[in-house]
Amino acid sequence: MRRPHRLAPALTALALSAAPALAEMPQGISHFTLPNGLEAVVIEDHRAPVVVQMVWYRIGSADEQPGKSGIAHYLEHLMFKGTDRLGPGELSKTVTANGGMDNAFTSYDYTAYFQRIAADRLPLVMDMESDRMANLKIGEDDWKAERQVVLEERSQRTDSDPGAQFSEERNAVQFYNSPYRRPVIGWRPEMEGLTRDDAIAWYQAHYAPNDAVLVIAGDVTADKARALAEKYYGPIPAKPDSTRKPRPQEPEQRAPRRIERSDPRVPQPVLTRTVLAPERNPGDQKTAAALSVLAELLAGSAQTSVLARDLVLTGKALYVDASYDGLTVDPTTFGLSLVPAPGVSNADAEAALDAALQKFLKDGPDPAQLERVKTQIRADRIYAQDSAHGRAYDYGQGLSIGLTVEDVNDWPDILAAVTPDDIRAAAKLVLSNPASVTGWLLPQPGAAPGDAQALPAAQTGEIQ
Amino acid sequence: MIRAARLLASLSLVFVALASLPARAIDIQQITSPGGIKAWLVEDHSIPFTALSLMFKGGASLDAPGKRGEISLMTALLEEGSGGMDSVRYAEAVEGLGAQSRFDVSDDALSVSARMLTENRDQAADLLRQALTEPRFDPEAVERVRAQLQSVIRSEATDPNAIATTELARQAWGAHPYASSINGTAESVAALSRDDLIDAKGRVLARDRVYVAASGDITAEELGKLVDKILGGLPEQGSAPLPPPAELQLKGGITVVDWDSPQTVVTFAQPGLPMSDPDYFAAFVADHILGGGGFSSRLMDQIREKRGLTYGVGTGLSNGLYGQTWQGGMASANDKVAEAVGLIRSEWDRFAEGGVTEKELTDAKTYLTGEYPLRFDGNGKIAAILAGMQLIGLPADYVNTRNPRIEAVTAADVQRVAKRLLHSDQIRFVLVGRPQGIAGTD
Repeated sequence: MRRPHRLAPALTALALSAAPALAEMPQGISHFTLPNGLEAVVIEDHRAPVVVQMVWYRIGSADEQPGKSGIAHYLEHLMFKGTDRLGPGELSKTVTANGGMDNAFTSYDYTAYFQRIAADRLPLVMDMESDRMANLKIGEDDWKAERQVVLEERSQRTDSDPGAQFSEERNAVQFYNSPYRRPVIGWRPEMEGLTRDDAIAWYQAHYAPNDAVLVIAGDVTADKARALAEKYYGPIPAKPDSTRKPRPQEPEQRAPRRIERSDPRVPQPVLTRTVLAPERNPGDQKTAAALSVLAELLAGSAQTSVLARDLVLTGKALYVDASYDGLTVDPTTFGLSLVPAPGVSNADAEAALDAALQKFLKDGPDPAQLERVKTQIRADRIYAQDSAHGRAYDYGQGLSIGLTVEDVNDWPDILAAVTPDDIRAAAKLVLSNPASVTGWLLPQPGAAPGDAQALPAAQTGEIQ
Repeated sequence: MIRAARLLASLSLVFVALASLPARAIDIQQITSPGGIKAWLVEDHSIPFTALSLMFKGGASLDAPGKRGEISLMTALLEEGSGGMDSVRYAEAVEGLGAQSRFDVSDDALSVSARMLTENRDQAADLLRQALTEPRFDPEAVERVRAQLQSVIRSEATDPNAIATTELARQAWGAHPYASSINGTAESVAALSRDDLIDAKGRVLARDRVYVAASGDITAEELGKLVDKILGGLPEQGSAPLPPPAELQLKGGITVVDWDSPQTVVTFAQPGLPMSDPDYFAAFVADHILGGGGFSSRLMDQIREKRGLTYGVGTGLSNGLYGQTWQGGMASANDKVAEAVGLIRSEWDRFAEGGVTEKELTDAKTYLTGEYPLRFDGNGKIAAILAGMQLIGLPADYVNTRNPRIEAVTAADVQRVAKRLLHSDQIRFVLVGRPQGIAGTD
């Protein structure tokens, strides 16, 4: 979210990735763990002289203590403020001066840093990234200005966008106990109180090789990547106590909730509904795969999906969507949304959505539609080979939420194996579940947020 | 007609396997199909699919007078039924092949990006041909997609970023289509008929204005046949002349659009220069140092890093086919935006008067030349870049001449172009928000 992003004997390392495991790896993928606990994945793609380095820390905003929301993301910003060797901003400037780009992002479950650069500059960026894993320096002059920057980021991403504000509040209502109820960027009053000491304490507690995942993707061989990883990251000592602690879990939720807000900046009504759903877990991804296919069946196509046919083609809704992302540490949500068509009341649109979902629960998936979705999943697997950066993201995100490399490798096969019965069970799990929040974000009739006279002439007539 | 470059392509693949060379040339084959359509190709058989990019010059700027939004609506309807298939059957057919296609339109081009699996490439191409040559514009689909476009128009009217760019374009481009949103207005879109859509298709989807590029698992001979299949049935000529050049009418000053938000969105622009200008690359380097270069730029350093006034500020040379500006944008808290705008102006002046240091120049050139080859790392990206190059009139060997032209830029060149072009009193700022301490000038 930052941007507009002691060497062991070689034998030990080899033993950790013995031949049988390698044999099962997809072509061009290799995996090893350094003695200090740093897990690494190498994705070879020699079509262009480009390489991506990503370091994913298994720590995110959901690991924050109450009252310090935003510290994980604030530290991500401060990670660019230098080390013993690098001045403030020097890492990014060095990457740029070498023709590369860099960025970073923070989520509930991880904080990640990456550079994309010519393949022959890989040692340079590995040198700098490993340096800030252990030697961060936050200057007295830098932390206050950077706190202003993250507050401006919050203003830009969240407070200028009623849809983003509404999502934030819906999350807070969805989760009673899970820290997923807090926004990644933090609540504004708590962000305003974050200090340099908070940031340093967070860094010292959680940034360590044994809680990080290194992904190198692109024009590099596995042997070269491993040698560089051992040279630059190998000497950094592990921190035994840094592993993330289990978080408060959701109790049973019995009461479906409804929220509503009107805002003059909202152009048209939008319905969103989220419901608690299981996540992908090591060796246990079948339900998550069925939920992924369910989201595709419900709204993956603007013409042929269940909700498109029942709501959009019938003139009841302008848009429908279904979303599910199982790459989280703790239980996540399955989401549905729609924009009613003009002339259709919000109540009628919602009733039509409920009716379509009930019908799907009763009838199950259409075999021909399921077959087409499976075909697309197979095709996506081929298209995904076109982006080394995208595959680096898949492995980094998977490993940082606790999956194994095998889990990530197996995911397309598990998706392909989803059966109609799996989908029925997944639909029952999320479509007849009281752990839901239904939200309506509404325009404020007759009130434009600005002085309509000052708007460009071409726009004035369009405000409704 | 197939040029000899194919031999080179296979040679360079051997090098790939042998050594990790820092800068491998990309081998672009320029072909002409049996039917006479030109296309550029980068062959790479390592993944069994082909990325195809088609760009039809003129794009939404070819809207007929009074019919703003017709090409945008027409473009969105290309995948909503064609030939003997209604929108559902067409989508089922595409999905059943695992093919993907996107139809997009901008001020300058209508773009088609397709990905086709080798195993059923001919069938996927048949569907794409059908969409481009026989769209049905069924009344049900027209009304459904029209309502979606009206929704986009409503969203633009309540999005401070869209309000800012629309107002800036309105002031900049007079009577040219660049001056208004490609999506039209609620009124213009409401008035579009099926005949308008048929006419809109004839204005833009024609062989005299299409540029073709492909990358991936396909030979030059196969691509020739594929291109003839997809595009051979289109009219030879578009029914409308290509858009005229746009004359920049921007005047320096400040426009404030009232908007109830904690932040003010700022968009700004001043005159730019065409790519044909001898100083274009000097300006390109200057822009990187001034505001285009992210965290290494002067504006980012002064406004974000030193003072925390914004999450991000940036500039760029905005070169359209029919007109160009030097522009930028940022967002800043209402009570801080005046200071941030003042800093943009003072950095503009400092650059025009003082030029750049040798270190700034060297760093900028290393970035700009080093970053360029990194863009070509996938079939989809390569096809889009190659079609875009043809659209703006660049020769294939631009991929080899571009970096030397950047290397040749001197500090004196940068100083000269900055003095000539960067005038803070010529910048028009559009502020959407409730800014304090800064007011509109006219």
